[in-house]
Amino acid sequence: MKPIYMDHHATTPMDPEVLDAMMPFLTSDFGNPSSSTHIYGRQARVAVENAREQIAALIGAERSDEIILTSGATESDNLALKGLAFRQTAGKGHFITIATEHKAILDTAEFLKKQGFEVTYARIDSYGVVDLDDLRQQIRKDTLLITIQAANSEIGTLQPIADIARIAHENGIVFHSDAVQALGRMAVDVVKDGIDLLSISAHKIYGPKGVGALYVKKGIRLQPLLHGGGHEHGMRSGTLNVPGIVGLGKAAEIAGRDLATESQRQLQLRERLRHGIESRIELVRLNGHPQQRLVNNLNYSFSFVEGESLMLACRDVALSSGSACTSASLQSSYVLRAIGVAETLAHSSIRFGLGKSNTAAEVDHLLDLLQKQVKRLREMSPLYDMAQEGVDLENYAWSPHDHHNH
Amino acid sequence: MDAWDEYTEKVMEHYENPRNVGTADNANGVGVVGNPACGDVMKLTIRVEDDRIVDAKFKTFGCGAAIATSSMVTEMVIGKTVTEALHISNKAVAEALGGLPKIKMHCSVLAEDALKAAVDDYRKKTGKTDLATK
Repeated sequence: MKPIYMDHHATTPMDPEVLDAMMPFLTSDFGNPSSSTHIYGRQARVAVENAREQIAALIGAERSDEIILTSGATESDNLALKGLAFRQTAGKGHFITIATEHKAILDTAEFLKKQGFEVTYARIDSYGVVDLDDLRQQIRKDTLLITIQAANSEIGTLQPIADIARIAHENGIVFHSDAVQALGRMAVDVVKDGIDLLSISAHKIYGPKGVGALYVKKGIRLQPLLHGGGHEHGMRSGTLNVPGIVGLGKAAEIAGRDLATESQRQLQLRERLRHGIESRIELVRLNGHPQQRLVNNLNYSFSFVEGESLMLACRDVALSSGSACTSASLQSSYVLRAIGVAETLAHSSIRFGLGKSNTAAEVDHLLDLLQKQVKRLREMSPLYDMAQEGVDLENYAWSPHDHHNH
Repeated sequence: MDAWDEYTEKVMEHYENPRNVGTADNANGVGVVGNPACGDVMKLTIRVEDDRIVDAKFKTFGCGAAIATSSMVTEMVIGKTVTEALHISNKAVAEALGGLPKIKMHCSVLAEDALKAAVDDYRKKTGKTDLATK
């Protein structure tokens, strides 16, 4: 039997309604929207434009032609940053972001640094919330863009995006936000929030993988990453992924339609899980903001228990961990480290990502498992014993931090 | 991502039912190796009588593979002389478990290091050194 899925920050299962909407465009209605000379092409074009409107509606965009369709949020993030950077004829400029962004932002920013641009990381607090005063301090005359996510995928922390947008606009700076995790979980409105560029992913909102979008406020021009047939106002060439786009559109429509009920339901499940963990298991620590967080996210460190072994013990629920033992790099989560979580606690962290399919019964089952297995693993943990004996674990003479390199 | 998809049945069996968890009674050798900042710490306690390891117990903070290798190394050393035990390599521990995923081989190194540290501690405490000392 497959485990219960509770890792909805990584991806979500496709909604059957979405697949139904896509099916004709994978079979009979296969036209290229660029073919204006016949019904096949025109039909595909109508479907794509309909999807664009569905996506625009979810994010409160006034015009559907502000939606640039991409292969996913990684491309959208790349297009936002590089697209703005490479429009600078002098090849210079300054970007501001934060250390807990997705790698699609951080690695793109580092790439731009190598190209002669400058990047500053605004300070964040121990919950991962950006320090607005420090953000203001970091602004320079040549600052082109502030890019700060709406919500974090690991710790669920929400950023004050409307305030950030205001600060950006007071200084004539473009504001980009990666809203991949926020969409479908909270209201996002590009007009009210003042967002100029916004990244969207289909597979995080119960749509298909391999498709996403970048909202580009009218008037902002970006240098394309892909040159070719001049699609998407020349900002993103390439024959449109019609079935994927139709799927994204349908997923956006459902996300908007179900937002109020589903976000409320998931919030109740989250609080059930939070209350259960905190009342039934001692020595746990919540990572991320206690209130300003995604309705579907919890991230806990279970002291003295290593994350992978706990996930293994709870393996009839699919979860993820910030422990190094679950990553190919043998590095613990950079997000947890960026908010100052000690390495030991980062290794002990588990991320819970609730979604549409999850029920109260599943949460209760997980709680039973966690309670039993944390106890079992602590009984096996030398750190638990040492802590009970009053040993200062932070300052104990451990082996050097290099035994992984044998 | 599930690293445990690559775990052998033997690894899973030792993870589920680890042998010799705890602290050896009247232990005369203790080895604590690893670093919580790296995600694994193993404490091995041994009871040596007449140069033979008569009991070995472990406590481990670490992934499934770390727990399984800890369990296996205790099984392998009980009944062996100190010299014989020192010849148990990390590879032998991994092999006894039917192999470990490549990325988890460092866990078996931890088990070998803990064994050496426990023997070193025993020798320091008893003032015994033998010909096997490298």
